[in-house]
Amino acid sequence: METKTSHTALGQKMIQTFEDNEKLIFRNDSSTIVDRRKKAMEIFREQRFPDSKTENWRNTDISKALALDYNYYLEPGFQKHVDIDKMFQCDIPHLQTKMISQLNGWFISENGNLTKDVQGVIIGSLAGAKKNYSELVDAHYGLIADDIKSGFVALNNAFAEDGVFIYVPDNVEVKVPLQMVNIINHDENIFIQNHNLVIIGENSSLQLVQCDDSVDHQRSLINTVTEIFVGKNASLDHYKLQNKNDNSTLINSIFFDLKRDARLSTNAITLNGGLIRNENYVTLNGENCEANVMGVYLVDKAQHVDNQIFIDHAFPNCRSNELFKGIIDDSAHAVFNGRILVRKDAQHTNAYQTNKNILLTDKATVNTKPFLEIYADDVKCSHGATIGQIDENAMFYLKSRGIGEHNAKMLLMYAFAAEVINNIRIEPLKIRIDDMVKKRLRGELSICEQCVLHCSTMEKEIKFEIDLSKV
Amino acid sequence: MANDENVLIDNVTRGEYKYGFYTDIEMDTAPVGLSEDTIRFISAKKSEPQWLLDFRLKAYQHWLTLEEPDWAHLHHPPIKYQEIIYFAAPKKKELASLDEVDPDLLETFNKLGISLEEQKRLSGVAVDAVIDSVSVKTTFTKTLQKHGIIFSSFSEAVQNHPDLIKKYMASVVPYTDNYFAALNSAVFSDGSFCYIPKGVRCPVELSTYFRINAANTGQFERTLIVADEGSYVSYLEGCTAPMRDENQLHAAIVEIIALKDAEVKYSTVQNWYPGNSEGKGGVYNFVTKRGMCRGANSKISWTQVETGSAITWKYPSCILMGDNSVGEFYSVAVTNNYQQADTGSKMIHLGKNTKSTIISKGISAGHSNNSYRGLVRMSRRAENSRNFSQCDSLLLGDKCGAHTYPYIHNENKSSIIEHEATTSKISEDQLFYCLQRGISEENAIGLIVNGYAKEVLKKLPMEFAVEAQKLLTISLEGSVG
Repeated sequence: METKTSHTALGQKMIQTFEDNEKLIFRNDSSTIVDRRKKAMEIFREQRFPDSKTENWRNTDISKALALDYNYYLEPGFQKHVDIDKMFQCDIPHLQTKMISQLNGWFISENGNLTKDVQGVIIGSLAGAKKNYSELVDAHYGLIADDIKSGFVALNNAFAEDGVFIYVPDNVEVKVPLQMVNIINHDENIFIQNHNLVIIGENSSLQLVQCDDSVDHQRSLINTVTEIFVGKNASLDHYKLQNKNDNSTLINSIFFDLKRDARLSTNAITLNGGLIRNENYVTLNGENCEANVMGVYLVDKAQHVDNQIFIDHAFPNCRSNELFKGIIDDSAHAVFNGRILVRKDAQHTNAYQTNKNILLTDKATVNTKPFLEIYADDVKCSHGATIGQIDENAMFYLKSRGIGEHNAKMLLMYAFAAEVINNIRIEPLKIRIDDMVKKRLRGELSICEQCVLHCSTMEKEIKFEIDLSKV
Repeated sequence: MANDENVLIDNVTRGEYKYGFYTDIEMDTAPVGLSEDTIRFISAKKSEPQWLLDFRLKAYQHWLTLEEPDWAHLHHPPIKYQEIIYFAAPKKKELASLDEVDPDLLETFNKLGISLEEQKRLSGVAVDAVIDSVSVKTTFTKTLQKHGIIFSSFSEAVQNHPDLIKKYMASVVPYTDNYFAALNSAVFSDGSFCYIPKGVRCPVELSTYFRINAANTGQFERTLIVADEGSYVSYLEGCTAPMRDENQLHAAIVEIIALKDAEVKYSTVQNWYPGNSEGKGGVYNFVTKRGMCRGANSKISWTQVETGSAITWKYPSCILMGDNSVGEFYSVAVTNNYQQADTGSKMIHLGKNTKSTIISKGISAGHSNNSYRGLVRMSRRAENSRNFSQCDSLLLGDKCGAHTYPYIHNENKSSIIEHEATTSKISEDQLFYCLQRGISEENAIGLIVNGYAKEVLKKLPMEFAVEAQKLLTISLEGSVG
């Protein structure tokens, strides 16, 4: 019913770019992918970029970010084989990860486009995989990233050329966590669209850490789509770390597809960012799946964070659990929209959803919409949402034991966030994030320092105001 | 067990609507369709002053610019606004006393259990009966006059108290509010008006009974309740309609204004014809109900039992403007067969230290869909405000749906909002416990459902509570999830 406004300038520019450069965009694609791209573009023409009238974008104003003029690159604007792995090393102590880096949305590695290890795990660029493993890509690319979810997803499906490709064959346990880092470093405003594809075979397991960082302070608009297929009885531990500069806009859409007996745990940790929108779509596409979708967001200044979680219980006997917690400071704005859909025959579903927020100032705003949509009767579903302050009784308890107001507040805020952080199952990562959250809560760190990448300073010892072990 | 369940659920589906009769009363009707002429016709019929006609026409012009909202979780064929009769009134003679009321009409109300005479003599409830949009008879006017309470049909109030109407009408729900409010503002035919003067505690419960009788008519009534400083009133509303194959449209507006220290309690038992077991017919119920706590320490409480209507679209709301004002919403919504309900409440906190409570109990059976949709909003100024919302859903049968769509918005640090919701079927343990003690399955379910809804039912005035409990039992006895 809603009347569509005309395309924004950026939307028109993208349509024009697509028409003018079809050959270039399609250069790595099989005919299947070309068809999917064309269909996605048609849908984008119809869908447009969301605006304030789009129902699930009502609380997130994207118009300012869309009004800027961005550079869009159809080819990497730098020499490939930059040794970015050495430029930016993750400073999580004792964490052995395999780094997969992207610079401005393009896959880069000194080892070439694709690597395949002895277990048959393929890691590399999506563009490379399209050439070398086209049957794998054709069977998955764009299948669960549904064009109609939003104009951003459709546009990404139409345009995205590169991104990370990970394939884990059946019956393989990947021991070393994989870390995907997407770094933005550009001296002009830039619009980036990358598309990641992760395929996990039957009975396999993978730990994946996805980091979004920016190095400079230019304006950027990043539209990432990630499709993750979790096979039968496979398991995925997924972490998303977001530390963007205040000028960046990040639209991050992740689609999970779980087959029978699969297990998923995903954790979104947002510590900084201009405007961050996370859209998680989890489809429980087989019986006896389990999905834990968690997140914590600590925002201040004029930051805006928006978590949209959609869990689709399509089969019986599945369990899902959502837990999102946020501390909102200054004039920041946090949005949460959880939606659990239990389809008609998905009996014996257990689905829980919790969203808790602490507001620290009178300028901060929280919107929360915990939705349940249930069509099966033998289910246990519940949701809860709270918006409030730090518990006065708890404050009094701590103060009465001689802990100063400031420290008591920090301690309680930390405890509030810890409920989510304690679910991180990669121990060194947990310790690191724990530290970052503590520093973040004290407002001690600039974006650069709290970044997981120590690009500007060497790792320095952190002095804590409170020694938690003694409390 | 599974088979038994199906049999029992089938029994529910056969639950009959006992108010589905039709009374042959001579009617005055407007020509079919909606145009400025229709509006002028209605206005002229009621000898309305020019300002009211202007208001209607403005609302109509605005309505033309709007589109029917489609965001609710409701599905229905498009409503053909040009095929509806917008005004239908029982042919009226001047009535000197109740004895002169058309006997057919009295019979109708007797069948409904709303005997005007009985009511008058025994129950001490003042009734304003609205049949096909026109207020037929208001009882108890004299007793009320003693206290200075004005309780009359809306048309009479327009003639007798134009100042009050001018001052308060559309001050809570302006005609620009939404599609159905605009439609109502253009074509509203009658309704009730009630004014409680300063410091008066209304000695009886005021009640309106609505009934759609004629075919192809829509009912568009408007209720306006003004509680002046320090006053109190409890207001009841009930409704029924005959069984018809076509859908009937009901788009009403209820406005409540509570000034300083005033309290208004508004209770509804909504039992419009819900359509038959195949989902044919039934009333489309699109209602805008809103109360404004304008003064400090005022209180508005909504209690609703929704068992009827093919489609319910209704969000009784409170605007808590005065400091320390209180808003409450208690609801039981039952849907069966192919009924659809999208209902809930809005609590807009504007004043300091305002409090609101939302308790919503949804019960869905058959092929129905029952949604709770609510908004809680704390503005920057609403310091130290508090909201607690609980919306539970009970599913009976595997073909129905229960949905919860809460919208929560907070802009200040000192307010607390809590929302919780659960969805489940009837607990097997409870059922087993009852069965084990020799209570039949049907009775056990009636008992459990009534227990589940009790929190809301106990908020209803006694008479309504009895009716509501019966309604619940009729529509749900014997259904197991």
